[in-house]
Amino acid sequence: MSVLDQVINKAQATIPLHVQIRGAHLYSRAKRAVLESARPPVFTESPIPDVADVPLTEIDMSNPFMYRQGQWKSYFKRLRDEAPVHYQPKSAFGPFWSLTRYKDILAVDKNHHLFSAEPYIVLGSPPEGLDVEMFIAMDPPKHDSQRQAVQDVVAPKNLKELEQLIRVRVQEVLDGLPIDEPFDWVDKVSIELTSRMLATLLDFPYDQRRRLAELSDLAAGNSGATGSVYELDETFDAAVEMSQQFANLWRDKKARTDAGEEPGYDLISLLQSHDSTKDLINRPMEFIGNLTLLVVGGNDTTRNSMTGGVFALNQYPDEFAKLKANPKLIPTMVSEIIRWQTPLAYMCRVAKEDTMINGQFIRKGDRIVMWYASGNRDERQFERPDELIIDRANARSHIAFGYGVHRCMGNRLAEMQLRILWEELLERFDDIEVLQDPEIVQSNFVRGYSKMMVKLTKKQSA
Amino acid sequence: MGKITFISHDGESHEAPIAEGQSLMQIATSNGIPGIDGDCGGECACGTCHVIVDSDWVSKVGKQGEDEEEMLDLTPERETTSRLSCQIKVSEEMDGMTVHLPEYQM
Repeated sequence: MSVLDQVINKAQATIPLHVQIRGAHLYSRAKRAVLESARPPVFTESPIPDVADVPLTEIDMSNPFMYRQGQWKSYFKRLRDEAPVHYQPKSAFGPFWSLTRYKDILAVDKNHHLFSAEPYIVLGSPPEGLDVEMFIAMDPPKHDSQRQAVQDVVAPKNLKELEQLIRVRVQEVLDGLPIDEPFDWVDKVSIELTSRMLATLLDFPYDQRRRLAELSDLAAGNSGATGSVYELDETFDAAVEMSQQFANLWRDKKARTDAGEEPGYDLISLLQSHDSTKDLINRPMEFIGNLTLLVVGGNDTTRNSMTGGVFALNQYPDEFAKLKANPKLIPTMVSEIIRWQTPLAYMCRVAKEDTMINGQFIRKGDRIVMWYASGNRDERQFERPDELIIDRANARSHIAFGYGVHRCMGNRLAEMQLRILWEELLERFDDIEVLQDPEIVQSNFVRGYSKMMVKLTKKQSA
Repeated sequence: MGKITFISHDGESHEAPIAEGQSLMQIATSNGIPGIDGDCGGECACGTCHVIVDSDWVSKVGKQGEDEEEMLDLTPERETTSRLSCQIKVSEEMDGMTVHLPEYQM
């Protein structure tokens, strides 16, 4: 380790993280004031033309309005059919390759020896000074040890403990919903349930749970990273607040267990009980990185599948009828909803050597975007891929969780949450009618909903 | 024709006939053995066909590959004789073999 590295490590361990982030924020503001190149891209929405009117070479899937304007399906279909390994040289996020076919994505995802997840898994880059350490953007062996430290939170023993708790939370939320009158499903169900779950997993102050989800939204996206609406200053402020909150949470938990309180099944207790992570607070970038990763990972994903499932069943009412006639289909339907929604559109990799992908020459250092949203609609893998078919035979083989060593760690928890939500919904309601087209978030990464008005009809027998 | 027995986490036992040349994951899924998902279709890329081989049979099924080790490292229920069943090619030599299933496929 160089002297400079030693000094940096020492400084990181002794100066409180939120102070470091404030420093980085000041530096970033100064740099942006002086240097145009330091300013993140600004995105203004304009109508995206029909894909047939665009030359293949100009297709740019990094446009954060593709999904909102409903153009993503036709654009991805053309790429899958005509240029499955497609190069975009001059996007707002720099040059990148797009992989759009299921088989090509799987081949790259499983080969971490050749395709690195470092330094970032989104198209853009996080702000300078905020590039915290997350194992999702690390290669083995470092990835493996960091992931192992936190994965007990979703290990079977813990899932069993969580199941009943999740069910009670879901019941509370559903029993409080208005009947026969319009309300926003995203706000009252998807965000509320996700906030409750995140607060539970972290043992975060329950009355501040909605703030936790807001902070997560801010931390996960800004215009320079994913083309979203958040500005850099908001992201910095959120990072300061989050690091203070998480540090307090850590110290509070430590004081309580030192005083004899039984450790819980929450993430902080688990980290404090493992040898390799009990001093994590002294490695602040790793501490904040891994906690943020778990919060962000559980925020946008399940939330948008909770909304997407209702939206999809409204578009395919025969499938809704099939579900009501046979609730045993819920587990398969959950996989199918995750495929249909694919809440995270992609993950990025960087080629470590010159290589070939499906006949296309890729140079060492080139960035490759694995478009899960397209792989999950690949006609070569799924029959009638745009339709929601709740008893689809190969629904489980969707690629929304990724494959290989980075495969989603929370996959079973996500499935459990969605399964319980649907079990409890079917108990209570005959219909969940979507009243108008939902509002879609601006991002090239998150495929999410910001508002969806619905009306509930109470079950006759209930 | 030989048989392989799968014992679920709660002790339930299921049998599947050996189909020479297929993977253990394939014979499990084609015979509807509960608890084996095989999400990636046999690419050694998801870890959802995890089985724990009875120690008497370890010599018959052979060793884990490098990619397989990496996937198994990610599962919290890993044991010393854990394997991904998509990486085990079944043969008549395995007639009577027993494997145990973890509580969850991760």
